[in-house]
Amino acid sequence: MSFVHPNDGFPMTRGPAVGWARLPGPLPVDHAWVDDASWRALCEQWHAQDGRLITLWGSDERPAGLGFVVHAVFTYADAWHWISLATPGDRPRFSALSDLFPEAARLERALFDLLGISCDARDKRPWLRHEAWGPADFPLRRDFTQAAPVPKEADPYPFVRVQGAGVHEIAVGPVHAGTIEPGHFRFSVVGDEILRLEERLGYTHKGIAKRLEGMGLTDAGRLVGRVCADSTAAYAGAYALAVEAVSACAVPPRGVWLRALLWERERIANHLGDLGALCQDGGLAFGHTQFGLLKERYLQTQARLFGHRYLMDTIVPGGVACDIDSAAISDMERECTALLEATRRLRHIIDDHAGLQERFLGAGRLDRTRARALGAVGLAARASGIHSDLRLLWPSPPYDSLKARICLQEQGDVAARVAVRFDEIEESARLIRVILAEIPQGPVRAPCAPPKGTLGLGAVEGWRGPIVVAITRTPECARHHVHIHDPSWQNWPLLEHAVLLDLVPDFPLINKSFNLAYSGHDQ
Amino acid sequence: MHKLLRQIVKTGMLRSRPCPRRDRARDIHTSPPSLAEELGRALAVRHVDTGSCNGCELEIQALGNAIYNLAAIGVRLVASPRHADILLVTGPVARAMAAPLRATYDAVPAPKRVVALGDCACGCGVYSPNYATVGKVDDVIPVDVAIPGCPPPPETIREAFATLICR
Ligand code: SF4
Repeated sequence: MSFVHPNDGFPMTRGPAVGWARLPGPLPVDHAWVDDASWRALCEQWHAQDGRLITLWGSDERPAGLGFVVHAVFTYADAWHWISLATPGDRPRFSALSDLFPEAARLERALFDLLGISCDARDKRPWLRHEAWGPADFPLRRDFTQAAPVPKEADPYPFVRVQGAGVHEIAVGPVHAGTIEPGHFRFSVVGDEILRLEERLGYTHKGIAKRLEGMGLTDAGRLVGRVCADSTAAYAGAYALAVEAVSACAVPPRGVWLRALLWERERIANHLGDLGALCQDGGLAFGHTQFGLLKERYLQTQARLFGHRYLMDTIVPGGVACDIDSAAISDMERECTALLEATRRLRHIIDDHAGLQERFLGAGRLDRTRARALGAVGLAARASGIHSDLRLLWPSPPYDSLKARICLQEQGDVAARVAVRFDEIEESARLIRVILAEIPQGPVRAPCAPPKGTLGLGAVEGWRGPIVVAITRTPECARHHVHIHDPSWQNWPLLEHAVLLDLVPDFPLINKSFNLAYSGHDQ
Repeated sequence: MHKLLRQIVKTGMLRSRPCPRRDRARDIHTSPPSLAEELGRALAVRHVDTGSCNGCELEIQALGNAIYNLAAIGVRLVASPRHADILLVTGPVARAMAAPLRATYDAVPAPKRVVALGDCACGCGVYSPNYATVGKVDDVIPVDVAIPGCPPPPETIREAFATLICR
C-alpha cells in the first residue's frame, strides 16, 4: 500500500473505523483507505449530516499493485475527508454516489469513459467520450496507447425525450452564435416555454490529465494555468498548493499574501466582465460599454504590474513569480478607489433601470432547497442563500487574518447572481486594500524540493467556486496522477433546473448569470 | 435616467485608434495579400472555439470594448457562418470539435479566409496532439492568417484585422 501515511493516531470517531491520516498543507485534509462497505457507509453518513461532495475521480494504480483506485473528497464537519477505494484491476467497480449526491452523476460517467471503472448508477451514457475514442478504450489507463483506433462513426447519444401535444426540441451547439466555448443544449419546449433542458458537454476534452501524467510536477504549472483562462490564478494556485503539499515546501509569507491579491483581482476582473455581459443580454448596451471599459483598464493594470492581462504564470509552486513595489501599491490603491466609485454609480443606475430589472428579477430562479440538494457550490450557491466559500469556511493564510465576509443573497435568480457579483467586487476591493496595507516583507518564492510525499490536495475559492487539485504519487514506480476539479461540474446541472418554465429567449441571460466553464469542465 | 446620461457624458468620447501602419504588424503571418480586393473593406467574422482554454475568447470579447472598438475599422462578429467572410478559430482542435469545425468551414460562403488565433490554434501551444486533440487548426482546415500569442493581446488582433483591410 504505497500511498499510506503513517497513521498519526487521529481519533476514529467519524463513522466506520477507518484509519485517518492528516495530510500536510494549509487545508485540514484527512485521508483514509476504505473498503467497499465503509465507502458506502461513510458516504451515507456524510449525506445524512450535511456533508458536501467536492470531487470524485480515479487513477490506475495497477503498477503499484493496487488495481484501480477511486477517490472522493468531501467536506464534513470541521475537515476535508479524502477517501480512496482500491478496486480489482480486472473488474473495477464501486458503489455509486449519485443516488445520494446527484452532482456525482456526471463524474461517475466520466470515470467510466476515462478509466473503465463502472458503478451501479442508472445513466450509462458516455459523458466526455463523444466519438474521440472507442467505447472499449480507456485513455487514463497506463497501458492505453495514443494510437488506439478512433472510431469513424458518431455514436448515437440518446437525449431524454419529452412527449406530449405541442412539444418540440431545439438543438443548440456545439458551435454557438456568440463568442463562447462549445457545448450542446437540447431544449424541449412548448411555444417559448422551456419544459426541459439537457446539456451535453465534453467537446473541448483535450486529455489534460493524461498529459500531466507525462510531465514533471514542477514543470506542469504552465499547462494547469491554461485549463481555464478566466480562473488561471485560482487553477495555478490550487495546483501549487497541491505540489507544495507533496514537496513539503513552505511558501514565504509575502508569496502567500501576493497570491491572495492575485485571486481577488481575478475575481473582480471576471465579475466586471460578467456584469457587462449581463447588461448586454438584458438589453442595456450602456452597461456593457461601461463595465467593458472598467474591465479593460483593470486588465491593463494587471499587464503593467504583473506581466499578463489575465495573470497567467504569476503563481508557481513555491510562491509567486512577481512582486510589487510601493509605486505599484499606490497605483492599486488609487485603482480601488476609482473602481468602487464607478461600480457603485453603475449599480445605482442598474437598480433603478426598470427595463433591466424586469429581465433580472425572477429569471432563472433556483431556490435554496433545490440548490442544496443538487450540491451547488461557489457564487451560484451563495446567490441561493447557501454558505459556500472556502475563504471563510476553511480560511488558509492569509484569509485567516483577512477575515473575508460572505456575500449572500436569498432569491437565487439572475438578480441575485448580479447582486452577489456587485457585493463581491466591494468585498474583494476591501480585501485588496488590507493586503496592500499589511503585506509582509521578504522573499516571494521558496525553492520547491523534489516531491517526496504521496498525497497532496490544494483548493482555492476561484470566482466561480472551489477549484481543487489532487496529486497522488507512487514513488516506487515514479508515477503520479493529477486530478483537477472545476466547480462547474457541480453547477452545470443547476442551470438545467434554473431554466425550467422560463422562456427560451431568456436562456442566454440565465446562462450568462451562471457563466460556467466548458474547458475547465471538459479538460 | 439623468444618472445614466451623466455617466455617459462623464465617460466622454474615447480617442479612436487609427488603422495601424502595415510595417507594424510584424508577427502576423498571412497568405497572399489578396483579401481586400476579394472581400472588400468590411469583414464579417464568425468565431469558432475548437477547444481553447477561453483565454483567446476573452480577448476577442475585449476587442468589442470601447477601447479597441473593432467595429470602427469595419470588422463585425456575426452569429452565423453563412454571413461570414472570415472564420476566426481559437484553441487546439479537440477531436470532438474536428467535425463541427469542418461543417462550420463548409457553411462559410466563398471567397473566405481562415484566421487562426493564439498559439494553440497556430501550432497547438501547450496542447500537443494526443488521443483527444487532433492538433492545430491547419491540420483540419487551411489557415490563411496566423496570429500567435497566449492569448494574443487585443492590439495585436486588431492590427492583424486592420492589416487585412488596409492592404
Ligand atoms: S493560445 Fe493560450 S489563451 Fe489561447 S487557447 Fe491556447 S492556451 Fe488558451
